Amino acid sequence: MRWLLLLLLLALPARAEQVVAGLSQNRIAITANFDGSEILIFGAVKREAPPPGAAAMGVVITLEGPKEPVTVRRKDRWAIIWVNQEALEVDRAPSFYAVATSGPLDDVLSDVEDLRHSITIRRAIRSVGAPMEIADPTNFTEALIRIRERADLYQIKPGTVEISEETLFNTSIALPANLVEGNYRARFFLTRDGAVVSQAETLIYVQKVGLERFLYTLAHEQPLVYGLMSLAIAIAAGWGASAVFRYLQG
Amino acid sequence: MQIYLPIAEVSVNAFLLLGLGGVVGVLSGMFGVGGGFLMTPLLFFIGIPPAVAVATEANQIVASSFSGVLAHLRRKTVDLRMGTVLLIGGLIGAAVGVQIFNALREIGQVDLLVRLSYVVFLGIIGGLMFIESLSAIRKSRKGGKPAQRRRHNWIHALPIKVKFRTSGLYISVIPPLLVGVFVGILAAIMGVGGGFIMVPAMIYLLGMPTKVVVGTSLFQIIFVTAFTTLLHATTNYTVDMLLAVLLLIGGVVGAQVGTRLGTYLKAEQLRILLAIMVLAVCGKLAFDLLVMPSELYSIGRGGH
Repeated sequence: MRWLLLLLLLALPARAEQVVAGLSQNRIAITANFDGSEILIFGAVKREAPPPGAAAMGVVITLEGPKEPVTVRRKDRWAIIWVNQEALEVDRAPSFYAVATSGPLDDVLSDVEDLRHSITIRRAIRSVGAPMEIADPTNFTEALIRIRERADLYQIKPGTVEISEETLFNTSIALPANLVEGNYRARFFLTRDGAVVSQAETLIYVQKVGLERFLYTLAHEQPLVYGLMSLAIAIAAGWGASAVFRYLQG
Repeated sequence: MQIYLPIAEVSVNAFLLLGLGGVVGVLSGMFGVGGGFLMTPLLFFIGIPPAVAVATEANQIVASSFSGVLAHLRRKTVDLRMGTVLLIGGLIGAAVGVQIFNALREIGQVDLLVRLSYVVFLGIIGGLMFIESLSAIRKSRKGGKPAQRRRHNWIHALPIKVKFRTSGLYISVIPPLLVGVFVGILAAIMGVGGGFIMVPAMIYLLGMPTKVVVGTSLFQIIFVTAFTTLLHATTNYTVDMLLAVLLLIGGVVGAQVGTRLGTYLKAEQLRILLAIMVLAVCGKLAFDLLVMPSELYSIGRGGH
């Protein structure tokens, strides 16, 4: 079965086309007044031969933040109050995920390819082994997606990748202000009739800089110093305000 | 103006934080409460992760309490001896409280515990204070003579009596010590200074004059919250200094304004206002527990 698939893949005109990727910036600095950022993602299709006319071309671009484990909890009625009861641990959920495509998702990407490359959000979230007492684990992952979509952390944007001349493509993805630090992975998929024929990948480094970097590092590496510093600032501010008011009152 | 908080990892409006700090600071100065029981839920509401909100709030309370206590020290309305007794109890209580908190986190119902204890304690204290101060106001209107609250009860029969000159009391150290321990435990569990429990306890249980209660409560809160801040900073790394600075700029200014406003109000009026506020927060929290939430699911970071 696997051999057959491989043969099929080789038989396809896959090697004829190759996707080449680019980004408007590969480094995002989180400064104190960071208020989200918009990145322009673009690329081109490199060919040795003229484009195969018959199969419909599609481009899928994903941008994925660092993955982390999360716990999704559900409230249930207990006596008269609503209480967190069942909880599902999702092993790896990206802190940010955006999917942009050149057309309706079903047209540009087949289910099999989606599963193989974990392209849509549903596939990118991994949760293995839901506990037995949870009858409906999908409701939990759906909720995770729903809540993060509302916060613009998960974005599905079909038809936002513009393709010109079957060669150049571009899209833009808005990164929200509450961004987590880490390496963001941008993946590019070139598809023909829903099958991935070429893919490329680049990284964007999202990093705190300046004051943000200093405070974050200090808090984690010198927690006692950091704590004492916080207290010193608090006491100085308290004293300062008191002194100023006293002066103002004569 | 949006500002990105390095530890909370969210971006929020700086003026909103300054404003929140200011409003809570005014209340803090007026009533001698740290304001944590108001600020912590407000911070949840604007999207600060709960762990960061609780830890940072402790730091902010240090600032506003310090600012407030200086004004009280100048007016000599701080009973330092009573404050020290409460403080010793408070530190013991906070250490115990942290243990209870961690034990309950293992079971996974710490969130419910926090909310329920808010509702129960705010409800009882707010209700009692409201009724008491209402009848005090009624009496003072009728007879002109303020209600006499100090009576001889079981507290006066306890040993190790100490003179608390500023409060005009000669009582055993055991009740204030126990009040301190109890408040310390609650402070650690609920992530607040505990003033809203200590103030009524000092008035009704220990029989301290209202005038002295506020300053003394602030004095004790400074040390307990400073201890909590250090504990959070070194174990959970959840103190956000930038958030704290923004809150405390508003907070310290507010506390100064509040302390001065407080002197224009009569003790009974002050108490009834605090009672109403406590009841309002209690009602909101109870409402959230009773009514079906619009989103049943919530996301927590990390496993467990």
